[in-house]
This record gives sequence, structure tokens and C-alpha cells, in this order.
Amino acid sequence: MKLSFKGQANNFFQPIVGKVTRDIDNAKNKILILDDLTEFKSLDNPLALLSAKENKIPNTNEIQIPTIFNLVDLNDLKNDDIAVLNPNGNIRTLFQAESLHNSLFVTDRCNSNCLMCSQPPKNREDIPYFYSINSKLVKLLPKELEAIGITGGEPTLMGEKLGMLISQIKDELPDTDLQILTNGRAFAWQNYTKLISSYYNDNVIFAVPLYSDYYSHHDYIVQAEDAFNQTLLGLHNMARYNFKIEIRIVLHKQSIERLYELSKFIYQTLPFVDHIAFMGLEYTGYTPFNHDLLWIDPVEYQAELQKSVTYLKQNLMNVSIYNLQLCLLPSDLWKYSKKSISDWKQSYLDECNKCTIRDDCGGVFETSKIYSKNIKAFESSIY
Amino acid sequence: MSRKFKESSYYQKGNTNYYLLPFKFHKINDLTEVLVNEVGEYLFVDNGTANRIINREIEFESNLYKDLISNFFISEKPIPDLIDIISNKYRSKKSFINEFTSLHIFVVSLRCDHTCHYCQVSRVSEDQNKYDMSKSDIDIAISHMLRSKSDHVTMEFQGGEPLLAFDKIKYGVDKAKELNKKYNKEITFVICTNLVSVTKEILNFCKEHNILISTSYDGPQYIHDKNRLYTKGSSHKKVLKGIDLSRKILGHDRVSALMTTTNLTLDYPLEIIDDYYKNGFRNIFLRPISPYGFALKSPKKNKYVTEKFLEFYKKGLMHIIDMNKKGIYFSEDYATIILKKILTPFPVGYVDLQSPAGAINSVIVYNYDGYVYATDESRMLAETGDYSFRLGHLKKNSYDEIFFGKNASKFAYSFANESLPGCSECGLQAYCGADPVFHHASQGDVIGHRPSSGYCQKNMEIIRFILELISKEEYDTIFRSWVYKTSFSEKN
Repeated sequence: MKLSFKGQANNFFQPIVGKVTRDIDNAKNKILILDDLTEFKSLDNPLALLSAKENKIPNTNEIQIPTIFNLVDLNDLKNDDIAVLNPNGNIRTLFQAESLHNSLFVTDRCNSNCLMCSQPPKNREDIPYFYSINSKLVKLLPKELEAIGITGGEPTLMGEKLGMLISQIKDELPDTDLQILTNGRAFAWQNYTKLISSYYNDNVIFAVPLYSDYYSHHDYIVQAEDAFNQTLLGLHNMARYNFKIEIRIVLHKQSIERLYELSKFIYQTLPFVDHIAFMGLEYTGYTPFNHDLLWIDPVEYQAELQKSVTYLKQNLMNVSIYNLQLCLLPSDLWKYSKKSISDWKQSYLDECNKCTIRDDCGGVFETSKIYSKNIKAFESSIY
Repeated sequence: MSRKFKESSYYQKGNTNYYLLPFKFHKINDLTEVLVNEVGEYLFVDNGTANRIINREIEFESNLYKDLISNFFISEKPIPDLIDIISNKYRSKKSFINEFTSLHIFVVSLRCDHTCHYCQVSRVSEDQNKYDMSKSDIDIAISHMLRSKSDHVTMEFQGGEPLLAFDKIKYGVDKAKELNKKYNKEITFVICTNLVSVTKEILNFCKEHNILISTSYDGPQYIHDKNRLYTKGSSHKKVLKGIDLSRKILGHDRVSALMTTTNLTLDYPLEIIDDYYKNGFRNIFLRPISPYGFALKSPKKNKYVTEKFLEFYKKGLMHIIDMNKKGIYFSEDYATIILKKILTPFPVGYVDLQSPAGAINSVIVYNYDGYVYATDESRMLAETGDYSFRLGHLKKNSYDEIFFGKNASKFAYSFANESLPGCSECGLQAYCGADPVFHHASQGDVIGHRPSSGYCQKNMEIIRFILELISKEEYDTIFRSWVYKTSFSEKN
């Protein structure tokens, strides 16, 4: 799935956020995609025009409509998607109308640098830019949207703006669930937690990664000194203000080492969390670079995973398994497995086409560069 | 940010000069000792490990070192970075204190139709004026109950046989509901009854007001009828009939039973458990034998009786575990209380096994004659002429005088096992409690002498036994199902 496009921009100097359409008669305040810009005659001014062809609007002296042309292959930009057009000719899809997994991207910056980061951070001051884009985006989102995320980078680096964004989402989408991915470190400062609590509402859940019960082990995995202590204090502060919390554990060679100890620690020290997600590794970003440190075939850690899930379930904790294919899991863990991979980066292997339970399985990351060698179709019916 | 990653050793600050955080230890068998931290979390380790920890012999690359750090047994700094987390955990474990007195026992009548030999308090009498609680006393007691800090209080009617004064129960329930309109507390009503004189009308009232029935049931007829002497025939037949009728009208789970352990009981653990199961119960409370009916001041006899009880208890518990292994859900209440303390981070207030002690802090007794006592046992002592735990009178003393007055503060110093001699360093302290009334009754002072204390002997051995079972790991599923009252099928 292509989510960014490049063309030549004309007639605008500030980013434009709008809903995409191909319907020339219903293009008011929308981004109109035309095969040929010369066809454009509407008096209902669209927000902007996109075209594959290399030409310009006629009579440009009269209408100064923002335009990007010379674009190739706009097929993945669907009607009702929302995109941002940048004056440098870059287009990025912000919202896919057909997807169940949309997120507001708020920054590329991060205060951690996890060994297995799927989207390595960039150190540049991008927060005001993304904040202004997202503020416009929120107003355009369909009101019936079930769920939306906030992701980065590290969203708490926005400071108070994170709270303001939470408020805007609540105002525009009062019934939409909001999941915020954060390392939780900023919440170690109680005044920050208190500040965010003044914007918090019950639609919001914070999803916070925790990789070990032993501080230096966690700090090593996220490559940040004192991160474990900050995240722990942060989680307790968040609980003090009744924030909903999910713990996320990405499974790899490092985090498997103390997975059962970590599970006990979560129950004993963080019994207030709403949900715990064990997540298969997405083999992209930093992970290929750190292959030797991280890679373990999921079949090799199923015993640890099973012990951990069983312990947490015995203690009535809410547990899910993400991103792991059913053929790699012992069948008694299947009921915890969720189809979790975002649709835009989800696919199946050739092997999967032979599988009788393919439709119950979440498949694999299209973005992963290697897969378990043990992915194997169930060829006869297993039910 | 870049692909320059640091080695794991960069983040490891540890060395062998670690600091000790407060923790205790106890040998649970020839191979294993348990380490227990300040908030009641445990680690099973080889015998001698506590000694090695103290001598700074734990290698910081070892898994044990990591376990000790992450579970707050040792720290790499004099004050651990996560001390606020420890304090949150401690506050949460002890948060039952915030509730203050939540169990309010109303002895609405001392009259009874039984003459059980283990009961020192009841009277077979028709004289209602002398042995029933007056409405005016009930009014004052209810107003005390509603002053509790707890959002949830239990109003428990006891006797004698409270159903003989059913008019007072009715009065009390109606009055409590009326006065509660101002406080909006959640009130659980319980009637502790032998069910002999129960009727449909009474049970319909219970249904209407969501009242729980707690009855006395000692097991098979040859035990029950010997323990519980009924003047007009077999108590056993009557109670089973009453249980049946109560279940029909109120629902199966609204009726529970309590067993009183006697010398006779001690010979029949399996028979009693099987009988409970046969009669539709899915739990039993193998209660310690009460010292109040025995030669209280004879340490030798007490020790012997406690030993016999422990043997009875262990036999019974293992029998129950075997039932569970066969797929039969059945739990033991005392073990469940202790398991909750050991296995969960949540507060467990149980009046006979908590610190600060249950007396006044969790329970209060309003006696039929208007006198107020610290515990149920306290009023039994009073019947033998010992008024040590009489806190005051409903009409003569104010709320503050009763709950915080001279009589209460006289023994408050013995409430916390954290500061009792023999308990303060005990490895099992976090799972145990303090019982000043017991020690006063059996040893003559509220602090007591631990090596000869029946309370200590009994609880240390039961807790040790349960820890040993936990350390085997094979009963995890069963124990967690008791703790959370989940059936096996719900758990997965």
C-alpha cells in the first residue's frame, strides 16, 4: 500500500489537508483528482487539484487553485481518504477511509532508541508542523469512526499539545476510542501527568511498552538510561489519575529472557493495567541491523509465552497475543490471538493460501524482511 | 538518534556492594526457604540464601540478583529509585485499614433453643425483655455503623438465636435502610442462624432485603447432633431442612455454613468435608478450635489441642486438594484467605488474621444489653466475668468514647504484629495477624508469649504448610481458582 506520493506543486505555500474525491460535481472543499486538469471547469471551487498529467489549469489568471501535477500512480489514494499536500510537492495519506487502523502521526522524535524500533526516530523539530496538520485532520474525520490512534515517535514530547490534541479529538469525535502509543517516561513527572489528566477522558487508553522486570535489561532494550524507572513511576502516576493502560511486550531474544518474571512483576506491581499485549516482532526498521541480538524463531519461545499468558489469565488479567501466526502458537493460546496487523501492512505468504484457517489468522507483516521458517499451512480442516 | 547502540553492560549499574531492603525469611523445609519482602512478595530459594544475600555473596550477573532487585529485596542505592512504587504497594496491601470498622455485629437476642456445649453465652429463656436488644439500642448502634468510613458495611445479626427475635431483625433492617438514605452506603445484611425456626415468611423478608443466611453446620449427624444440642430433637435434620428451604427461596449461593471445631470434630476431617460436599456446599471453613471453651490458662493442653487441630487441618486440606485434582471445585476458606495474602497484591482484611488486629479496626459487637465489645470473643469473655474488652455502653458512651476511648486505647499498642515481640522478625509476619483478645484469654496479656502461643503455633504451621504447597507449583491452578472464586472452566 502506497501512502506517499511526489509531484510538482503550484499555487500554494502552506500545507493543505483535505478529503480526496474523484467526483467533479461534489468537489467543494475537497482535494479533487482529475485525469486531465484541462477538464476542470467547476465553479464549486475544490480545495486543491491533483493530476497525473503534466499540464496546468487553463485560465490560471482567474483561479489560483493549489495544484500538484505530474503525479504517478494515485490508485492507492482512495475517495474519502484524507491527505496532506505539501508545497514541495509531497503528498502523504493521513487517513484511509477503508482501514480500521488509522493513527495520527505526531512526531518523528523519540527519547528512546529501541533496538527493534520499526520506525526509527529522527531528530528534527517537527512537532508544530504535525500538530497543525493533525488539528485540521481531526475536523475532517468521519464522526462514526470507531477507533483512532496517536503515534510517533514519542507523543509526550509534544508536551501540553498532546492534551490539546486529546481534547480536539474528544470534541470532534465524542464516541471514538483513542489509543496513544507512548513509552510513558514523561509521566514520571507528576505535574505532567496532572496536566494531561486535565484533558483526559475515558475514551483514551495509553499503550506502554515494558520489556523486563529488571531495570538495566529494559534500559538496554530501549537504549535509554533510567527509562525503566521513569516508565514504572509513570505508570503509577497514570494509575493515580485513573488513566486506562495497556502494557505492550514485543517478543524477541532479549525480552524472552525474563518474560515469565516480567509477567509476575506486571501482576504484582501493575495490577491496575487494563490489558497486556504480547506482540510478535515486525522485522523492519532497526531490527534487521540488530538481527543477531533480536531474532529468535517464535516457535522457540512458545513455552515461555504459554507460561506467562497462563499465569496472567489465572490472575484474571486481560491478555492478547498480537502479530503471531496461528501455526506458530500452541492451539490453547489461539483464543488470545488477535488479528492485529494494520491492514495496510498485512499480508499472507504463499504457504498461507493452502491453509484452511487462513481467514482466522492475522497473517504476517508485509513490511517484514524475514519470517519464521515454521509458518506452515493447516491443510486439512482442524475444527 | 542513530544506529549506534550501546552494550548491555553500559546500563548495568550493579556490583556486589548492594544495599539490603527490609525483608524477612523463613525455612519452609529441608531444602527451601522463603524470602518475604516488606509488601508480602515472596521468593523461594535454597536454604542458606538469606545468609548469602546478607554477606554480599550474590553475583550481580546471576538471575537471583535480578530477581532480588526487581522484587525489592535489595537495592543498588541506599534509597531505591522506585521507593514510591514500594510505598504504593504497601499502601494498597494495607488499605483495608482505610475502611475502619466495617463489620457490625448486632446480638439481637441471647435467647436460644440450642444448648451447645461449646457456647458460653446463650440462654434458654422466654424473657424477652431481659435478653433481647432494645429498639433504642438498635437505633444508636445503627447510627454508629453508618458513621463508619467504609462505603460498604456489613450488618450481621447474631445471637443466641436471632430468629427468636425476628421482630428486632425486621426493625433493624428497616431502620438501617431508612437512616442510610442520608449516607448511601452499601449495606450487606447477614443473619447467623441455626435455621431451626426459619419460616417462609422470614425467608421472603430476607429475599426482599437481599439478606444472606449464615448457618451453623458441623457435618454428619453423629457429629452435628453431639456438638449442637437441640432441646426438641435432631438439630441436624432441622438445619438441613432449613438450608434446603433457604436455598429454594433465596438462591443457592445466598446460604453459607460455618463449622465449629470441637474435640470430636478433629477425628473426622474427611467425613465432614464429604458431607459438606454431599449437601451442596462448595466450600468449607476448617476453623481453628476455639480456646474459649478450654482450660484457657493451661499451655500444655493448648499445645496438644493445637497439634491435633493442625493434623486435622492438613488432612482436610489435602483431601480438598485431591477433590480439586479430580475436577471437583471445592475450596477451604482459611487457606483461601492466606493464599490471597501470599499470591495477590490486594488488601486482605480478615478479622482473625490481620495487622492491625481486627478488633475495633474491622469489627465491633453491640451486645443484647447495650454494651459494646471489641470482638465476638470479647463478649464471650464477658460472660465468664472478664470485661477487659468491653468498650462502653450504647446509651452511656459516645461514638468517640467507644471507638477511640480509654478502654480501646488500653490495648491498641498490641494491634500491630510488626511491633510485637516474636512477630516483628518473623518471616511469615506479612501473611499473619495480631489477636490481643486471644492472647489475653489464653496467656493473660494482650501481647502474649510467642513460643507458647496457640495462635502463633497454629498460624505459623498453616502458613508454612501452604507456602510449601505453593512452592511445588503443581497446585497453582487450584489455588488461583480459590482466590478468585473461579471455576476451572472460567479460567481459560
